[in-house]
Amino acid sequence: MAIKNNRLTEEQYKTNFSDIHPPFETKNTALFEANRCIFCFDAPCTKVCPTSIDVPKFIKQITTDNIKGSAVTILSSNIMGGSCARVCPVEKLCEGSCVFNKTHETPIQIARLQRYATDIAMNQQWKLFDRKPSIGKKVAVVGAGPAGLSCAHQLSQEGVDVTIFEKESKAGGLMTYGIAAYKVTPEFCKEEVDYITSIGGIEIKYNQELGKNVSLTSLQQNFDAVFLGIGVGLARKLDIPGENLEGVYDAIRFIYNLRNNDFNKTAVGDKVAVIGMGMTAIDAATQAKRLGAKEVTLVYRRTELEKPCTDVELEIAKLDGCSILWLAAPKEVIGENGKVKSLVCSKMELGKPDASGRRTPIDTNDTIILDVDMVIKATGQIPYTALLKNIGIRNSDGKIVIDESSSSNITAVFAGGDCVNGGKEVVDAVQAGKDGAVSILNYLGAK
Amino acid sequence: MADLSSDFLGIKSPNPFWLASAPPTDKKYNVMRAFEAGWGGVVWKTLGSQVKNVSSRYSAVNFNGSKLMGFNNIELISDRPLEINLREIKEVVREFPDRAMIVSLMADNTKESWHELIKRTEDTGAHGIELNFGCPHGMSERGMGSSVGQDPEIAKMVVEWVMERATIPVITKLTPNVHSVVPTGKACVEAGTNGLSLINTIQSITGIDLDNFVPNPNVGGSSTYGGYCGPAVKPIALKMLATLSLNNVTNKVPISGIGGVSTWKDAVEFMLLGASNVQVCTAVMKHGFRIVDDMKDGLNNWMDEKGFKTIGDFIGKSVPTLSKWEHLDLNYHIVADINQDKCIKCGLCYITCEDTSHQAINLKYGNPYNTYTIKEEDCVGCNLCKLVCPVDGCISMLEKRKGSEYLNWIEYQERGLPLNDH
Repeated sequence: MAIKNNRLTEEQYKTNFSDIHPPFETKNTALFEANRCIFCFDAPCTKVCPTSIDVPKFIKQITTDNIKGSAVTILSSNIMGGSCARVCPVEKLCEGSCVFNKTHETPIQIARLQRYATDIAMNQQWKLFDRKPSIGKKVAVVGAGPAGLSCAHQLSQEGVDVTIFEKESKAGGLMTYGIAAYKVTPEFCKEEVDYITSIGGIEIKYNQELGKNVSLTSLQQNFDAVFLGIGVGLARKLDIPGENLEGVYDAIRFIYNLRNNDFNKTAVGDKVAVIGMGMTAIDAATQAKRLGAKEVTLVYRRTELEKPCTDVELEIAKLDGCSILWLAAPKEVIGENGKVKSLVCSKMELGKPDASGRRTPIDTNDTIILDVDMVIKATGQIPYTALLKNIGIRNSDGKIVIDESSSSNITAVFAGGDCVNGGKEVVDAVQAGKDGAVSILNYLGAK
Repeated sequence: MADLSSDFLGIKSPNPFWLASAPPTDKKYNVMRAFEAGWGGVVWKTLGSQVKNVSSRYSAVNFNGSKLMGFNNIELISDRPLEINLREIKEVVREFPDRAMIVSLMADNTKESWHELIKRTEDTGAHGIELNFGCPHGMSERGMGSSVGQDPEIAKMVVEWVMERATIPVITKLTPNVHSVVPTGKACVEAGTNGLSLINTIQSITGIDLDNFVPNPNVGGSSTYGGYCGPAVKPIALKMLATLSLNNVTNKVPISGIGGVSTWKDAVEFMLLGASNVQVCTAVMKHGFRIVDDMKDGLNNWMDEKGFKTIGDFIGKSVPTLSKWEHLDLNYHIVADINQDKCIKCGLCYITCEDTSHQAINLKYGNPYNTYTIKEEDCVGCNLCKLVCPVDGCISMLEKRKGSEYLNWIEYQERGLPLNDH
């Protein structure tokens, strides 16, 4: 057993990481699906979308050959409509609420139709949004992820000059660095960022990390307002013996590496245990398998009923051949010569519901041992608590506290996205960016 | 097993499904395939005057992704040599003696031309003749086709010429491009036609190419009015058929129903309104001859279910239920009812009633699903909500009479009852 890279042929990597939700191949197939939509009034799909995309309208516009109008309908509500069409857990949002579910018919493929319209808009480089003349106000946005980009785009439309400070060398945030490669390609992420910034008035400064290369004080001095969309950091620690052994990985770092390198350069073990059952855990497990790991086991301390990921995501992991170990909590990583040899898990049972309403796992004092050479931690991400403390922003367990107008305790400093909510969907971050922009414009007296 | 056989003016066919005079019946090859597929009869594509066709010839109207909801053509009558058509008709009659062979004719506007054409047609052994008084494009510019059908006097004269010579049954096919088909229908019956058929195509422009601005079909940058047919025209055809069935002159002769017949159900509807059989074209131009299988099967199953032994048992059965508006019962009242168990919360009933009808549906906002209920006191029983509801059986109309007695408009006025009181 060993952790090594280059396990598969070029062809195998290509197959394993090809688009899991391929687009409609022809206009005809898209039209066929679009015509199934019955154009609901006050549609549930729109109501459950965090960005409130008018879904029936954009689908109707596809049927009338008004693709440009359709793209505007989508992108004016959600400038990352292209990304969301690929990564949104639509089974629990728009598609999950489609009225067809009530007749046990297949819901409308909303995400795929959204991708159809936005792909055309991006491929054709349609200029769908105009920037108003500069109003002479400058806003700094920290973080070029979904929240920051969405905020920047809204602000720029209103004539604000925006500078984004991004700690990585590429923009897109979680889209670029933290999502399974079979859902969205790095090329797409780049094209989308270029499309968003093509409105003008948005400058992205790369390799600029808050608290390291740039300080909040300097931003406050040089800009009229600041929006923090800094997201959350690495995976939560397990706090168990053996956590520092060679072979214990952080899911975020693991996905980051494979998104930043050729697939054959990303090492993976023969037998991999992934701790957690959220979307990131699934993305780590499926990609470990797709990189050539022989066995991948998802380890979760509760049951399927309490899992944070959607049924669809779990199904992807199962179809990829990942095993699932329910009611097991990591207790110790055992090593040999400093390297991971096995993972000891406590067998759990469910007790009374906790604050989240889910039943609390209780240790049965029985254990189970998994022979693994790699352990990937994916039990949630740690917020940037120390950073927030240093810059003096009020937070609750590392989550920035904002008021109803996205404002932090510091005047002219606004925030939104994962750094506020602790880690939700891309679509939630996009909406938070929009909300932040509206508040900033109000603050600047620009709207 | 019901008996599907049809006897139209003594012309027998194993079922009431004929193919209309059109491209599918313009040569032996097609007609043989149609008979092999099971069609009861054909009306051979119109023979007569000399023509030359253009390209292209067809265009269509699609609706919500469904193709050929309406179909349009600018093709003329048969452009094949008359001798070949006549020889092939003779051969088909010999090979399929149990099927109906009607030949559509459109001679030049002289008695002699008609007589000559009828004689040569009868020599083939065909069972009947259909007079094309309906073609609305090309031929009409030369005073033929619908130009004949649009003028009862001319139609009457041509039918008289025909009846002088014809020894086999004559069916006159009417044009719908008139304010009423009854005057020409009456004139033709009075002139001796043995039967009527309707409708021919309706003059139309199906659409315009938004890139080059030329209407469809495009013939080298120009277009012209075509003849419209297919499912879109069925309701118009049914109404025209009904007017013939209700007229005491025209209802004395059998009528062959044409106009958007695509399924056995369409056929039954035409027959319930008085058609003795039906003719089909657009549906086979979309799907091929094979659709006749389900037409026969579906008709048979429906007849068995209703206890009809022969098609004569139900032909014309719906005609007596048609009346003038002023004879409708004003005390009859229905109101909508939404079955909440079946409702999928799409809101279509609400938005149509709210925006375009009587604001008779309550909306209770929910997240994400709203609840919709009927305000019975405001519901006028228009059916709109039921029509737009995508779920079968979700909205039903409940009978809530305004009074027990039958009360029509004439009586209502005589009693001086309140008007405009809604």
